Amino acid sequence: MLDLLKEPVYSIQEFSLLAGRAFRNIFRSPHYSDDIAFQMDTIGVGSFLIVVIVGFFSGAVMALQMYHALATYGQVGKTGTLVAITLVRELGPVLTAVMVAGRNASGIASELGSMKVTEQIDAMRALGTDPVQKLVTPRLIATGFMLPLLVIIADFVGMFGGWVISHFVLALPSKQYWTSAWQALDGNDVAQGLLKPFLFAIVIALIGCFYGLRTTGGTQGVGRATTQAMVMATVLVFIIDLVVTKIFVSQAA
Amino acid sequence: MESADSKPSILRFDGVNVAFDGEEALRDLTFEAREGESRVIMGAAGSGKTVLLKTALGLVKPDSGKVLVFGRDITGMGERELFDIRSRIGMLFQEGALFDSLSIEDNVAYPLLNQRSIHCPPEQVHPRVEQALDFVELGATLAKFPSELSGGMRRRAAIARAVVTEPPLMLYDSPTAGLDPITAHTIITLLIKERDLSQTTTLMVTHRYQDGNLIANFRYNSERRELEPARNGASLRARTTFMVLKEGRLIFEGDQDSLEASQDVYISKFVKPRE
Repeated sequence: MLDLLKEPVYSIQEFSLLAGRAFRNIFRSPHYSDDIAFQMDTIGVGSFLIVVIVGFFSGAVMALQMYHALATYGQVGKTGTLVAITLVRELGPVLTAVMVAGRNASGIASELGSMKVTEQIDAMRALGTDPVQKLVTPRLIATGFMLPLLVIIADFVGMFGGWVISHFVLALPSKQYWTSAWQALDGNDVAQGLLKPFLFAIVIALIGCFYGLRTTGGTQGVGRATTQAMVMATVLVFIIDLVVTKIFVSQAA
Repeated sequence: MESADSKPSILRFDGVNVAFDGEEALRDLTFEAREGESRVIMGAAGSGKTVLLKTALGLVKPDSGKVLVFGRDITGMGERELFDIRSRIGMLFQEGALFDSLSIEDNVAYPLLNQRSIHCPPEQVHPRVEQALDFVELGATLAKFPSELSGGMRRRAAIARAVVTEPPLMLYDSPTAGLDPITAHTIITLLIKERDLSQTTTLMVTHRYQDGNLIANFRYNSERRELEPARNGASLRARTTFMVLKEGRLIFEGDQDSLEASQDVYISKFVKPRE
């Protein structure tokens, strides 16, 4: 029984140590600004298109679904409200994070995993570089900065998608859609809509790096690390989402 | 003549034990390499040869025992303190371990730019990189990436990266593994060239006895740019010691003659009679 618990406890300890070192390095030199810029490009710009597409269609689908649900109560004018609230509070952050987890947690894990099995991580340490400083911290900073920006883009594109459906398919007046959407959002929504992606970003970057750096067993190990990183990052995104939502909902009440 | 034992100790293992997940990789390992000495480390796969080199670099921490590099105990050192020690050790990893994302020039320049104790002025980086690549006869590959080079060329570029800072101690992890005999000979020639021209202390892990034989009995003739025999260290300043590891334990340490005279079945598996 104790042996069964040992492995997860050990993993949590290792993960916490890695996270601690990655955060501490943000304030320690040397800073690898080139690596940060490169990662921002890979994670942020590279995910832009997929985030726009997913954002647009999720907003459009929400508008269709909500319109029919609201029609039961004769409240179709509130379509914009529901689209805005669900997007900013939930769908924007969670769907974007899931996309980025799929793309980048796995990408980071496979890149670092390949470096680990070909001894490039050891070589880095042998040649005077802290791999956490050089590899983990830039990815953490880049994801922490880019994911909230991607979520803002997804939120706006989603609301635009909702408007396209409302206007062209459901024939709702544009002004009614945008006014109800705008008025629905308060500070609390925006705060949780931005706090969530920030926390998701930390988890995605660190989980990707953690599984990458602990890779063993050649190319097969790299494949395993990639899958585990993606699955674990996605699961944690949903768990953190629930915790943060609970805190904000309790506060609002 | 100065006796070998009076030379300063470069690397010393003192009762070192290393275990991974309960499996012992090194058991009670004790040896000492002195300045200018060459050590050839042999053993079956999984006998702890690579772990030995990584422990010497401080990449792996011993569970017990002491490792002294240049007379300093590295066992209790933090990573940042170790960078200073590591800047004086050159390491060739098994497959070279060049950084895929960097060009050959950037790979070789990496230790000059990142090892803080090296203090290489920026204008000297490029000439030193060129010099190191010329040393391994790869002068024309500066802009290429590791994936564009053959296995032997990658290994040579990795040697250039290891020697660019002119470290007094060189560690080679299976430098000829997976290479054809001609390329393997080129690589060993480079090792001997580095040892004889820079007077480095050398530790080489290998599973090929002929590599050890070359290290022990040949020296580099810089005029003819080839190896020439120097039977059993005659007129060689470097003395070669052979070590054989079995399941993490040092079961043999001595010169080539006593290695070849050994009746041990495990040891004689690695030893082929000299031609």
